[in-house]
Amino acid sequence: MDIIEKIISKNGLVFAFLFVGIVMLISFWISKKILKNKIPGVAIAILIGLSLAFFGDKKGIADITIFAGMAILGGSMFRDFAVVATAMSADISKIKQAGLAGIISLFIGVTVTFFIGAIIAYSMGYTDAVSMATIAAGAGTYIIGPVTGTALGASSDVIAISVATGVVKTIFTTIATPLIAKRIKLDNPHAAVVFGGLIGTTSGVVAGLAATDEKLVPYGALTATFYTGIGCLLCPSVFYLILKFFGF
Amino acid sequence: MKIYGVALLAACFLLGKFLGNLLGKLININNDIGGVGFAMILLMASSIYLRKKGWLIPETEKGVWFWSAMYIPIIVAMAATLNVKAAVSGGFVAVVAGIVTTVICMLLVPFLSKIGRNNEIPKT
Repeated sequence: MDIIEKIISKNGLVFAFLFVGIVMLISFWISKKILKNKIPGVAIAILIGLSLAFFGDKKGIADITIFAGMAILGGSMFRDFAVVATAMSADISKIKQAGLAGIISLFIGVTVTFFIGAIIAYSMGYTDAVSMATIAAGAGTYIIGPVTGTALGASSDVIAISVATGVVKTIFTTIATPLIAKRIKLDNPHAAVVFGGLIGTTSGVVAGLAATDEKLVPYGALTATFYTGIGCLLCPSVFYLILKFFGF
Repeated sequence: MKIYGVALLAACFLLGKFLGNLLGKLININNDIGGVGFAMILLMASSIYLRKKGWLIPETEKGVWFWSAMYIPIIVAMAATLNVKAAVSGGFVAVVAGIVTTVICMLLVPFLSKIGRNNEIPKT
């Protein structure tokens, strides 16, 4: 046992390749044999991933020593690297087509999310402008939340809530996207660009789109990656001042 | 060689990250702003250019396709390493704000999808 543990902890990333490979194999088997392809294997794999995260704490399953390599494989470096690689399959003419809609949806997405988030925060007892802005920014993505909170000097528990809000959004998007896709006509690259701009959580958007239709991933990711940037720009500045202006 | 494709991807990735951080510095948020987006645009532009020149052979492209295909396994690993416990126990407000804002934005998709569709060039 000792030898096995030593090998695994020394080769964490390699073990993660094996482990994720097995998860994928089981997921696609469940999808095909048990669910008769009604729920895509990718969605099941992501759900299994999320439920595995319950075995740990802050870093999910990576908190368990032998699964530490999962944090490398699922970390931002590999994630971003693979996201960029998906651009190879993107059709430039379709992006041009969605260009204007993409930009508009980005701004509407950030704005609508922020102000609805602020109203919800207010109605649940966070009535000062700093806390409202921080939680509302977290409703954008779990990166905008802490960036805004730190810039405005929010307390650490409010920042923690903003991160949690962003994570809830990511998970909810992952699960809900394939379920809602038909109803919101999310079945073409154009709609995927708009979707990415409106929702913005890159990991949620790409995971959700991957579970819906793999071909849509690069289009959603393209706009979603700009969301956090725009959010970090607007939330602690213009949007916060608007909240102040309305007397919060 | 496949490594040429991986190297091209890495070059676009790093240059995109550099541009994102540069933009962040310019507007005084010391963060990466749209770096991945820049990198994607760079990869699209360079692959189109190199294909035209005839320098991007399928063998080179395979280096990029591999990482593109690794995307979903990486997302599964990422999902397994999220702080799911905190998201569930991190306060009711987090759950309500996270879900309500997302649902509203999702419902806006069909309306905003119409933009740019009206003047769409008819497909052959």
